Amino acid sequence: MISANLSAIFYLVSGVLFILALRGLSSPETSRQGNFFGILGMIIAIAVTFLSTGNFSSGFIFVLCFILAGGSIGAFIAYKIPMTAMPELVAGFHSLVGLAAVFVAISAFLNPEAFNLGTVGNIKLGSLIEMSIGAAVGAITFSGSVIAFLKLQGIMSGSPITFKGQHFINALILISIVILIYLLCLTQSSNLFWILLAVSFLIGFLLIIPIGGADMPVVISMLNSYSGWAAAGIGFTLENTALIITGALVGSSGAILSYIMCKGMNRSFFNVILGGFGATEETSINSNKEQRPVKSGNADDAAFLMKNASSVIIVPGYGMAVAQAQHALREMVDTLKKNDIKVSYAIHPVAGRMPGHMNVLLAEANVPYDEVFELEEINNDFANADVAFVIGANDVTNPVAKTDPQSPIYGMPVLDVEKCKSVLFVKRSLSPGYAGIDNDLFYKENTLMLFADAKKMTEDITKNL
Amino acid sequence: MEIDPLIFRLSIFILSIFVGYYVVWSVTPSLHTPLMSVTNAISSVIIVGAIIAGLSGDSNNVFNTSSIFGFLAIALAAINIFGGFLVTQRMLAMYKKKKKDK
Repeated sequence: MISANLSAIFYLVSGVLFILALRGLSSPETSRQGNFFGILGMIIAIAVTFLSTGNFSSGFIFVLCFILAGGSIGAFIAYKIPMTAMPELVAGFHSLVGLAAVFVAISAFLNPEAFNLGTVGNIKLGSLIEMSIGAAVGAITFSGSVIAFLKLQGIMSGSPITFKGQHFINALILISIVILIYLLCLTQSSNLFWILLAVSFLIGFLLIIPIGGADMPVVISMLNSYSGWAAAGIGFTLENTALIITGALVGSSGAILSYIMCKGMNRSFFNVILGGFGATEETSINSNKEQRPVKSGNADDAAFLMKNASSVIIVPGYGMAVAQAQHALREMVDTLKKNDIKVSYAIHPVAGRMPGHMNVLLAEANVPYDEVFELEEINNDFANADVAFVIGANDVTNPVAKTDPQSPIYGMPVLDVEKCKSVLFVKRSLSPGYAGIDNDLFYKENTLMLFADAKKMTEDITKNL
Repeated sequence: MEIDPLIFRLSIFILSIFVGYYVVWSVTPSLHTPLMSVTNAISSVIIVGAIIAGLSGDSNNVFNTSSIFGFLAIALAAINIFGGFLVTQRMLAMYKKKKKDK
């Protein structure tokens, strides 16, 4: 048994180690060391908790068993999961953090003596407020993440689900949560606590269903942030510095990521959260559907164009992940490089379904990270490049965002793909992208459409090179 | 009048938000996915609360309603801790620099 002061210091150490873990991610070289700091911080936190309770009875054995059981499931998932499924995995993990927060809050509510929070029916006011906020946010994180998971897995349709009066109902529920917390603090009634949890689960569900597939980067970041605030809420209840620090770190991390993602789409956070793109624009798309000529080609034409290029920029998008084309793509690039063609990759901030999604897939395919560039770094290079190879991206290349103030995506930062001498656009059909608008790039003089599955087309091009 | 310890915790919380703000802005965009998986893993430090809850039963009665929720939370958090750190490790191992031409 160690003193409360000593354990508080150890919790502080583990909090600092978590800060270093995030700090390490500022560059790929230091990132592995950062992850190690994170693991160390976790080990310290868990060990100190055991030592400070000083309870090595039969309960201790069960605790170890549950850690091992959960740990082996987690390790198994971590080794088996394909990299293309990372967004689902992260959403799934968020839901677990949320649910764990809810369970800890329930446990503390039922047995406050164990946490030094007072007695049943007479919990300290401050603790009760912190506990109920932690539980509510945790519940929202849980049900929201489950919906995000189902949408990403394709079990649930990725298109926004909206109904009349949705925002009104959501607002009503959010207000009722505040009132419930207030009443709970007045009466300490356990029934109110259960109702609070149920209502929070419901709002998490309702908040995420109107959000469509391509807005998932914002949603996942937002849920990341929520899981942090939930942990912080519980941290206040338990008076645990490690949890408070971590909760704040994760909360602000998720918030920053959501901000970056929203900026990448030039939409406000509320605009994304309040639901679907296409919903309001539908009429204008349908009226605008005149036939325009497109040039389409085959793998042979594409190979010819690239062989005669001296520099090629690759623009990957979610379609590459769907088609699992990243390995085929890297093989194509290897062949190009053998012919002394300079190749780089251009990544739009919201390409894919979560922040950094494309980078992970390219890294998996052994693409060195110093060939991969962010939008601001590479956008000026398109004017000097010979060929842009767009694979699985759409809206993020649409020049309309720069030219047409009427367009729903006007103002969104886009890759200046059209400035290249020629553009190769791999796509299965001419159908519009997520924003529901036509891509002007399809009809440009210098664009060659390659209608095929991304992976198959890339393989065919490699054969023809 | 003495200062409520809550104020100290609140100070830690607010300052940590600022630390998080500056640290996360310095994370390179190409590592945003590992950032999410590692934040996931570290937020599972909530396991400390779960352990306290799990150990709240006495030796005659290890499982009461409160400790069962604790045990469940331990398992969930453990999935996250192991899964989160290991998958981050796996991802980070893939980020390689260009091979130097010989």
